[in-house]
Amino acid sequence: MKKRIVILCIGLLIVSFFSFRSNGSVERKDTLSAYGFFNGVLAKLEPAEGVVLYNLNTPLFSNYTEKLRFIKLPEGMQAVYNDSSVFTFPIGTVLIKNFYYPNDFRKPEKGRRILETRLLVNTEGGWEAWPYLWNDEQTEAFYDPAGETKTITYIDKAGKRITTPYAIPNKNQCKGCHIKDKIMVPIGPSARQLNGDLQSASGKQNQLTYWKEKGMLTALNDIHTSPKMAVWDDAATGNVNDRARAYLDSNCGHCHSKLGPANTSGLFLDIHEKDPAHLGINKSPVAAGRGAGDLQFDIVPGQPQHSILVFRMKALDPAIAMPEIGREQVHKEGVALIEEWIRKNTF
Amino acid sequence: MRIICITLICFSTLTLWAQKDIQKKIQTQLIEATDGSTVELPEGIFQFDASLSLDGKRNVTIKGAGENKTILNFKRQISGAEGIKITNAFNITVQDLTVQDTKGDGIKTQLVEGITFKNVKAEWTNGGQKDNGGYGLYPVQCTNVLIDGCSAVGASDAGIYVGQSKHIIVRNSKAYNNVAGIEIENSWYADVYDNEAYDNTGGILVFDLPDLIQKEGGYVRVFKNNIHDNNHINFAPKGNTVGKVPQGTGVMILATRHVEVFENKIVNNISIGTAIASYFITENPINDTSYHPYPSDIFIHNNYYERPHVKTTSKGRMGKMFRFKLHMGKNVPHILFDGIENPNMKDRNICIKNNQNQSFINIDAGNKFKNRSNDLKAFDCEQQPIKAVELSASE
Repeated sequence: MKKRIVILCIGLLIVSFFSFRSNGSVERKDTLSAYGFFNGVLAKLEPAEGVVLYNLNTPLFSNYTEKLRFIKLPEGMQAVYNDSSVFTFPIGTVLIKNFYYPNDFRKPEKGRRILETRLLVNTEGGWEAWPYLWNDEQTEAFYDPAGETKTITYIDKAGKRITTPYAIPNKNQCKGCHIKDKIMVPIGPSARQLNGDLQSASGKQNQLTYWKEKGMLTALNDIHTSPKMAVWDDAATGNVNDRARAYLDSNCGHCHSKLGPANTSGLFLDIHEKDPAHLGINKSPVAAGRGAGDLQFDIVPGQPQHSILVFRMKALDPAIAMPEIGREQVHKEGVALIEEWIRKNTF
Repeated sequence: MRIICITLICFSTLTLWAQKDIQKKIQTQLIEATDGSTVELPEGIFQFDASLSLDGKRNVTIKGAGENKTILNFKRQISGAEGIKITNAFNITVQDLTVQDTKGDGIKTQLVEGITFKNVKAEWTNGGQKDNGGYGLYPVQCTNVLIDGCSAVGASDAGIYVGQSKHIIVRNSKAYNNVAGIEIENSWYADVYDNEAYDNTGGILVFDLPDLIQKEGGYVRVFKNNIHDNNHINFAPKGNTVGKVPQGTGVMILATRHVEVFENKIVNNISIGTAIASYFITENPINDTSYHPYPSDIFIHNNYYERPHVKTTSKGRMGKMFRFKLHMGKNVPHILFDGIENPNMKDRNICIKNNQNQSFINIDAGNKFKNRSNDLKAFDCEQQPIKAVELSASE
């Protein structure tokens, strides 16, 4: 009898051990260091085993911050590839996005200030956003759902000293972008965004190939048929239309799409949109309030100066500025691209 | 003197710090609010530099100490396109507080099933200015919307604006110094009653616009409202549809079907007491092939009209139309129909009956204003009353 109980207990233990493992769920911690994503000094962001650096072809502009992105899949598990949207990730996946300013954009060796690390965690109940704010000493980042506004100073690429407010979004605002058809989802890691090279110590390699080789990705047959998004500021990767559509997709398309929170506007800027009116061409604004300026249409072909799209990209007033968050400064280079696109009128 | 200065600086820094703490505290409370809880905001004036947001909650009340006692001021806001944003939620109440001087909209609620605003004020304290935010109270894509005992002041678009929503009651509220006082847009089943709309450009608007997700609206009743002196200069940015509403408009029905306007006092609005117009009057292009630009099934009855013996506005495109095309002088009819024919619908069921002091003009806008007419005979009919809105009970 005793023996049977012992066997039963051991059996239960094994079962619970395996169910715990396959569940792979992540619990929220108060500090970033507690997760063990990084080795050594936290601020160096040296990824631990199983934490993988990745880049996007055309990332979201966030007030001129630089970003370091990592992914951690639960051990032995894989993301599922598809052509058109963000991959399907197993429960327990964590996307780790670190926002920082180099002290001097011309001289990276002069160090950097990390402001926040946002974790996007796939839990049993769906994806959740857990924001962590770094302390001034750069020794730790603490869970803080409420966000706050900081004042930042750095030297930009032109050698100009910039002082800017930097509004760290609150947890709900994370969702404001990451929601699609009422469900929270990641935005970045799709085939078109990851299909590009990543420079690492071992050389240059295509990220999709790397993920496949490392056993991180399944259902990818032939990388040559995978879509590849243009790099918005690299003319070698696409023409103006390709690069402008890539830029609009990354910066606007997560809200401005048929299933996104800005669908109330009827303006859809995701890469899949084909209808010229929904893309904004000669389209009157809806409920734009002051955002319309004194202009009639979202895009007037050939006339960026008369296009609401450009007007709002150039604005700093929070009632007008687009995107609504992460935009305490104007993205001059992005504006220039969209102006060129509208001027050339090759939609 | 120096000591006073230092004390002052210290004091102001301290209050700023305290304000920042309160912002963080309230935002944290909103994030951590549990099902059935109330987030109580104390009496006082609080400054915010970013939007407050409530998301994904059920049965939560945000309650101040009184409309003019708890004041959330966003004058120094640097991020967020609204004061308070409430999203993806179920059965939410906002009550007894004022939201002031937001850069964008006052309170925006999107995808909320069951949203109540009670004794809430959204205002811009410098009056009607074009730099004010667009909407005061702004539910969009919501169901079961109740706006009761609220005020909206100074919005550069609409004070109380309900868009792309269903089952709506707006009552006992006041809207003044806005471009549009109260606006129901692309929404189904709305009752707007016992409100006072005055000193706006247009008092109460019922609009259907193209290119939206919720394609059309209808079954809107506007009754027992006091809609007077809506002669504010139009200060909306040009691109917006409300920018075309002429100064001096009481009620305007644009492209909407099934609208009943009755028992209102529509008084001292210098240009149009009640307008019934198709979307073509905006002169905007229509790209949306599934859109219906014509109003139909309209019943205007038992209203009281009165206006001073003055000319209409001469401002804007519509002002030009009054001046150069309609030549009405000071004898301006109370009710205006644009007369633009729908080739696919001969009988539009537009009925105008039993209004006190009623007078009428069909401006024949589709035909270069050639056959203008004051004859009401074709409109002397009745419609079935539209059913009252019932908000479904919350859980």
